[in-house]
Amino acid sequence: MQQPSTDEHPVVQHAHPTAGVYLRVATILVILTVIEVGVFYVPAFHAILVPALLLLSAVKFTLVVMFYMHLKMDSRFFTFLFGGPLLLGLGMTMGLMFLFGAFALRR
Amino acid sequence: MTIAAATHRTSMGLDSRKMAFWAFIGSECLLFGSLISTYLVYKGRSVVGPYPHDILNIPFTSVSTFDLLMSSLMMVLALAAVQRGDLKWAKVWLVATALLGIFFLSGQVYEFTSFVREGLTLQTNLFGATFFVLTGTHGAHVTVGVVWLLTLWVRALQGQLTAANAVTVEICGLYWHFVDVIWIVIFTVVYLIQ
Repeated sequence: MQQPSTDEHPVVQHAHPTAGVYLRVATILVILTVIEVGVFYVPAFHAILVPALLLLSAVKFTLVVMFYMHLKMDSRFFTFLFGGPLLLGLGMTMGLMFLFGAFALRR
Repeated sequence: MTIAAATHRTSMGLDSRKMAFWAFIGSECLLFGSLISTYLVYKGRSVVGPYPHDILNIPFTSVSTFDLLMSSLMMVLALAAVQRGDLKWAKVWLVATALLGIFFLSGQVYEFTSFVREGLTLQTNLFGATFFVLTGTHGAHVTVGVVWLLTLWVRALQGQLTAANAVTVEICGLYWHFVDVIWIVIFTVVYLIQ
């Protein structure tokens, strides 16, 4: 809900999560890190090591960005300012790895 | 729920300082994207050792990762304290964040010196060159963050940090959390996926 303002372009600030939410996110982040290290050390997981670690890392990344950097509550324009270059960087990484043969099939 | 403020407004109704900082963080994504790309492209192409599995210390780096995650928690608690006008706890959380940052940097200095003692330098092989440039650039960012946090802490000690200028802490927090998410990626890509 926005309070009435006489300004033509008032600065809109969104309410941030409570300390309880921050603590819950921190707990999840720690658990995910423990799982990451566990996956690394348990031989049974070695077949799915790379996808599992990338997935866990992506979840941790998203949690920090959404809750600690407040992109979940803040303006969508900030998401665009961050997400655009992030996707560009990701595309650049994939493109370079493809060009340098990182995805080449091994016999 | 939203509130209206009367400073640094843009035609979109967004705080211009936050908008500029998000644009800066976007550019930082490209900087670290290029460094991570370089590391991945040259991964496994070193012709002489030491190789990643020879020297990377996962338990030690896991502690560093936990430390940086906790520093992010301290940072959001500092912001929440400033926003509710609780200067006492804001000072505590800010200095705690800075100390955790210093602890992380100390760990990185120890790691770098132990690697050099084991024969891995910038010039040794492709792994050494890309590893030191990537993690060193991240460490430089953490150093800037620690200086920024200590500056805010001194301002808080002087009573210059209030709920009205909480956005200065929020912007510092954005930088600190960005440094944290970059480490989340580095920890996975460099240390765990060898």
